[in-house]
Amino acid sequence: MTEIKFTLNGKKQILNTDPNRRLLDVIREDFQLTGPKEGCGEGECGACAVLLNGQIVNSCSVPLANVDGQDIVTIEGFSSTKQYHVIKEAFAKAGGVQCGFCTPGMIIATQSLLSENPHPDDYEIKIGLSGNLCRCTGYNLIIKAVKTASKDGDGLW
Amino acid sequence: MKDISKSINKVDNDEKISGSAKYIADFVMDGMLYAMTKRSTISKGEIVKIDYPQLPDGYYIINHKDVQGKNVIKVIFEDWPVFTDKKISYLYEPIMLVIGPDKNILTQLLDSIQITYKEETPLFDWTDSVIDYHFDKGKGNRIFDQADKVIEHTYHTGYQEQAYIEPQGFIGYPEGDKTTLIGSIQCPYYVKNAVKQAIGEKDENVRVIQSTVGGAFGGKEEYPSLIGCQLAVAVKKIKKPIKLIFEREEDMSVTTKRHPSKTVFKAAIKDRKIIGLKAHVSIDAGATIGLSGVVLSRALLAVSGAYTVDHLDVSGNVFRTNTVPNGAFRGFGAPQMFFAVDMFVEHVAKELNQDPLEFRKKMLVKQGDRTSTNGLFRDPVLMPEMIEKAIKESNYLKKIEDYSKKGNYKGIGMSLFYHGCGFTGSGEKDVIKAKVKLKKDKNKKVYILVAAVDMGQGVKTTFRKLISHMLDIDIKDVIYHNPDTDFVPDSGPTVASRTMMIVGGLLARAAKEMKKRWNEEEFIVMKEYEQPDYIEYDEKHFIGDAYPAYSWGVNIVEVEVDPVTYQVDLKKAWSVYDAGKAIDERVVLGQADGGLAQGLGYGYLEVMNHKNGKIMQKNMTDYIIPTAMDLCDMDTFLFDNPYAYGPYGAKGVGELTLIGGAPAIAKAIENAIGKNVFKIPVTPEYIMELINHD
Repeated sequence: MTEIKFTLNGKKQILNTDPNRRLLDVIREDFQLTGPKEGCGEGECGACAVLLNGQIVNSCSVPLANVDGQDIVTIEGFSSTKQYHVIKEAFAKAGGVQCGFCTPGMIIATQSLLSENPHPDDYEIKIGLSGNLCRCTGYNLIIKAVKTASKDGDGLW
Repeated sequence: MKDISKSINKVDNDEKISGSAKYIADFVMDGMLYAMTKRSTISKGEIVKIDYPQLPDGYYIINHKDVQGKNVIKVIFEDWPVFTDKKISYLYEPIMLVIGPDKNILTQLLDSIQITYKEETPLFDWTDSVIDYHFDKGKGNRIFDQADKVIEHTYHTGYQEQAYIEPQGFIGYPEGDKTTLIGSIQCPYYVKNAVKQAIGEKDENVRVIQSTVGGAFGGKEEYPSLIGCQLAVAVKKIKKPIKLIFEREEDMSVTTKRHPSKTVFKAAIKDRKIIGLKAHVSIDAGATIGLSGVVLSRALLAVSGAYTVDHLDVSGNVFRTNTVPNGAFRGFGAPQMFFAVDMFVEHVAKELNQDPLEFRKKMLVKQGDRTSTNGLFRDPVLMPEMIEKAIKESNYLKKIEDYSKKGNYKGIGMSLFYHGCGFTGSGEKDVIKAKVKLKKDKNKKVYILVAAVDMGQGVKTTFRKLISHMLDIDIKDVIYHNPDTDFVPDSGPTVASRTMMIVGGLLARAAKEMKKRWNEEEFIVMKEYEQPDYIEYDEKHFIGDAYPAYSWGVNIVEVEVDPVTYQVDLKKAWSVYDAGKAIDERVVLGQADGGLAQGLGYGYLEVMNHKNGKIMQKNMTDYIIPTAMDLCDMDTFLFDNPYAYGPYGAKGVGELTLIGGAPAIAKAIENAIGKNVFKIPVTPEYIMELINHD
């Protein structure tokens, strides 16, 4: 057991737990935040994506020890921001959601991308989403959604 | 009147985007235990002895001895045990569940159970035929007597994994005398009926509820019945909530996949035309037969592809091997056959020195033509206009001419295909007998009561939209909850591109009646499937109309092949579909993109194989599905061609969009490298082999 301190969705947290636990398990089991999903368990599919200091990481591949002193935002925390609402509307309008299992991860990836590059071109969007697998959409409408968000949310990022 | 196709926002967008939608792994119940599966480590043989460790308090083992009903899963062909008693017929066959509160302890317990086997030599070759079909059309094989030339080729297709991003899972719990399951499933009543048989319970004592499904694609058609039965057996004995969720590696190594296939085609040629075809299809069922016979049927029925050939000799076999059972996957036999036949007709045209496009256009199915089983293509066939549209949008003619010049490694390919909508043959009438209910309450809310699930394809939205249009009421006043067998009738499984056409068609009929009776305060309308009276099918002899309607498609795909690495770069894809009428255009376009992506992946990227019965791809890391970087822009165009019995004319759409991807990309690669392609996936290794082999 080790004491780990971090910020989760804006709140300071102190946990006394095994530092080897996966961040994903801690988020889902200790905080009942089930927006991040387990799709593959080895950092390949991106369904478990969260923001670590504003950048996308796969929470299934992050041991809790690594987040000591860091800032974590999950889809639940991100959903109270202005940026979220722009991205949400863009995904709805474009038809970028099917089964929804990859969607929270895709939203996190979009935020991570736009915060670094507010006006990405198609190629940059594809690179930005390439760590998130979707089996339903073929990505076409998700890419369209990211473009729409970038345009509609101009100035937010 | 409003055009129903005009898109609306999907009703479940908010919960899915915000992450609040509950998938099965997200549920937690008080006192919930976890289940893990102990599996065989050999491919064939018998269990001689099992040494169990001392179980700590609160831990349980559930095996075949606990199965109080029949120890077999209820699917079309019943040969899949809930838990094997002794006989092992594939690697990782489930032997028992280990159940308890702590997953770490469960893992240790699994490791400490020692099983001694008497091993036998497993069979991996396709020699043990368990199903053998044959039918003729016209003169059958005798047409070859009139041939002045015979052309023969063989085509191979590999495994394909559904790779839904949400792995399989259930939670089971007792409710009084009742055993209840909630899970990620396509077919609530398949699970319910299987569980009833396995635990030997009455209808009212089994309840199955669908949680939000994170993708399925056929992978959650019959497989959930297996783990649902295992869990139900455990719940009935232990009487506590139990959660069983697969990890990705387990999911990929033990769940059903698309059947690998081999198709041998022979064409009887006379005056540089195909006058007859002989085809033999072999598919690998894996260790259990399950749905394989129906998969083979669908492949055989599509033997002449989007073309009419008057004389056919068609046969096929399902082979049993000591490998993981194969099963349903979007397309269900059709992707294998459309790859083979569409490549073959192209190859024949080339060998006859004919322009493949003109050759194929002349052979296209027309309204009034006979199907492979002497049924009728009754409805208008819009393929000539659809092909023209695809050609124009893609600039196909100019490109194929340019790319056919040697050495530029650019290519373009076109596939032509259809999909028979609904269950094959008399399935709807004799087996499924779908029932739907529509209920109006005092507050003028209308409830859709069906067992069709939304697994991402948008049924929650399109069904509600359909009913709101028909009754001319706000979509907010139309209620649809995830199916729960305690409340919804058996409208059949969510498979076979039947949901909108068949279940939606029944709902539309119910809505029509409801509209007439709208002044009544509170009432329920029930409708049951009635087969259009012109449909007759003899399943045994393959004679008649195998499907009530057909959806049609054209895919054009453009690629560039790297001349050094032979990596294939997708440039762009164009699709034209006739799915009757879109109930929501954007939903159909989403299906079109996703289906094509899976079809393209099947054609060039998704390698799966087994070595001595072990699936070599373990995870998303080594089973490669397309990422955003792999795929390309996809333009889709829809042609309206309303079908009389579909709601607003809708036919099937889900499976159609997968079928043409593989032949289109295979032909594009063929065009780029100037060599004929005979198997998928067309990997860089295979391209190298083709280029180096002259």
